[in-house]
Amino acid sequence: MGGHLSYEEGKKVVVKGLIILAIVTIAEVIVALLGKGYLIKGFHLPVWLMYFLMISMSLYKAYFIVYDFMHMRYEVPGLVKSVLMPTLLLTWALIAFFTEGKTWKEWRARSKDTNLYISNIPVEKQEKSSLHNEIHPGVESTTPGQHAPVEVKDAQNESHGASDNKTDAHSEPKEVKHAEEKSH
Amino acid sequence: MADHAIHNHDSHDNSRLWDGAKEPFKASYGKLMMWYFLLSDAFTFAGFLIAYGTLRFSSPAWPVPDFVFSSLPGDIHHKPLIFVTIMTFVLIASSVTMVRAVQEGHRYNKKGVVFWMFLTIIGGLSFLGCQAWEWTTLIGKEHMTIHNNPFGSHTENGVYLEGDGHDIKAGDQFKVGDSYLVHKHDGHWAPLSYKNEAGATKTQQLGPKAFGALFFFITGFHGFHVFSGVVFLLIIMINAWSGIYAKRNNKYEMVEKIGLYWHFVDLVWVFVFLVFYLL
Repeated sequence: MGGHLSYEEGKKVVVKGLIILAIVTIAEVIVALLGKGYLIKGFHLPVWLMYFLMISMSLYKAYFIVYDFMHMRYEVPGLVKSVLMPTLLLTWALIAFFTEGKTWKEWRARSKDTNLYISNIPVEKQEKSSLHNEIHPGVESTTPGQHAPVEVKDAQNESHGASDNKTDAHSEPKEVKHAEEKSH
Repeated sequence: MADHAIHNHDSHDNSRLWDGAKEPFKASYGKLMMWYFLLSDAFTFAGFLIAYGTLRFSSPAWPVPDFVFSSLPGDIHHKPLIFVTIMTFVLIASSVTMVRAVQEGHRYNKKGVVFWMFLTIIGGLSFLGCQAWEWTTLIGKEHMTIHNNPFGSHTENGVYLEGDGHDIKAGDQFKVGDSYLVHKHDGHWAPLSYKNEAGATKTQQLGPKAFGALFFFITGFHGFHVFSGVVFLLIIMINAWSGIYAKRNNKYEMVEKIGLYWHFVDLVWVFVFLVFYLL
């Protein structure tokens, strides 16, 4: 509960909170821009360091908001544990789903089927057939140990077109037509 | 009457507290349930953000946020993350004014509560205004929707064959991971063509669809939280003004509860900001 701080002390925490959160946010943005080479030409932070700094600063902000602004600091230990400990379950979700995401990436690379998630430019469509690759597995898919590199080579050599991305095939003509109607 | 007993910690009528001998966790029913609601909401948001991470991991190329979010009102471009930093400040400031409202409630200062809650509402509305501008720019000018994402990123090195004469000129080089925006001219996509290192001529493709869908869904869900927070703040401010919380004699606990919700909205933004704009 509140009331553990005097009114004057409480006011100080507010000012302190405003300053801390503002400074940490600015620091995060600076790390992001510096790390990606926007501030100093040709200078990049190592990716792991950049991510580590940004994630830990965000966690600190979250801690400050929960403990000082939401007064978690003044609650009894049972309440604190019953609210905060369940969030630890998310650790498993992070590990499981991110691993899953990486596996999807490998599978997509193996089937060279980038079109499932990279949408085509609606007007021109000569993309290679994803269905074709699944039905008639190419050489690379018969050797499962080898992962074919991610390639977007397409368009020219293989033009099985039309049959693959069905949703696009349906939506494209409409879109183009619509645009034409507007322009006339 | 029941209300009074539930909320009043100094009450001698202990038998009525939660109908047991004493309050669990020394907190009122309403406040404890607000905490548990926020916990469940945190899981919802965590699910969305983890889904974002999963799809991003599963994609060989992903648009760089500093490139996507680099516009400012007044036709200013190529200022990465500045606008969203301002949005973050607005939300932090409204969180701070909310803390002040709760403090004034603890000392039964009705005018103070109403004043600081009013400022909090202004902050919330400003944030929503910023978000409206951001969405309008992305949808109206840059043509990002939940179906199409014109923000792509290169998977190979190369050089542009034709430019759009504005940002990109013919002969400009790019590297793996560089982001681009496919423009629309007269309602048609106008992708630029380029030559990769192997010498093949190609055209730009649209980026991963999931990017647009996830962006609008997750920031929209957060924005809806902000909007409903503003509505609740408004109701509670009017109630505080009318004097019903003063009569309850429980240190304006209703203000404290909406305060918890409002800080949570700020808390979620910390992570949305991290995941969408920084990483």
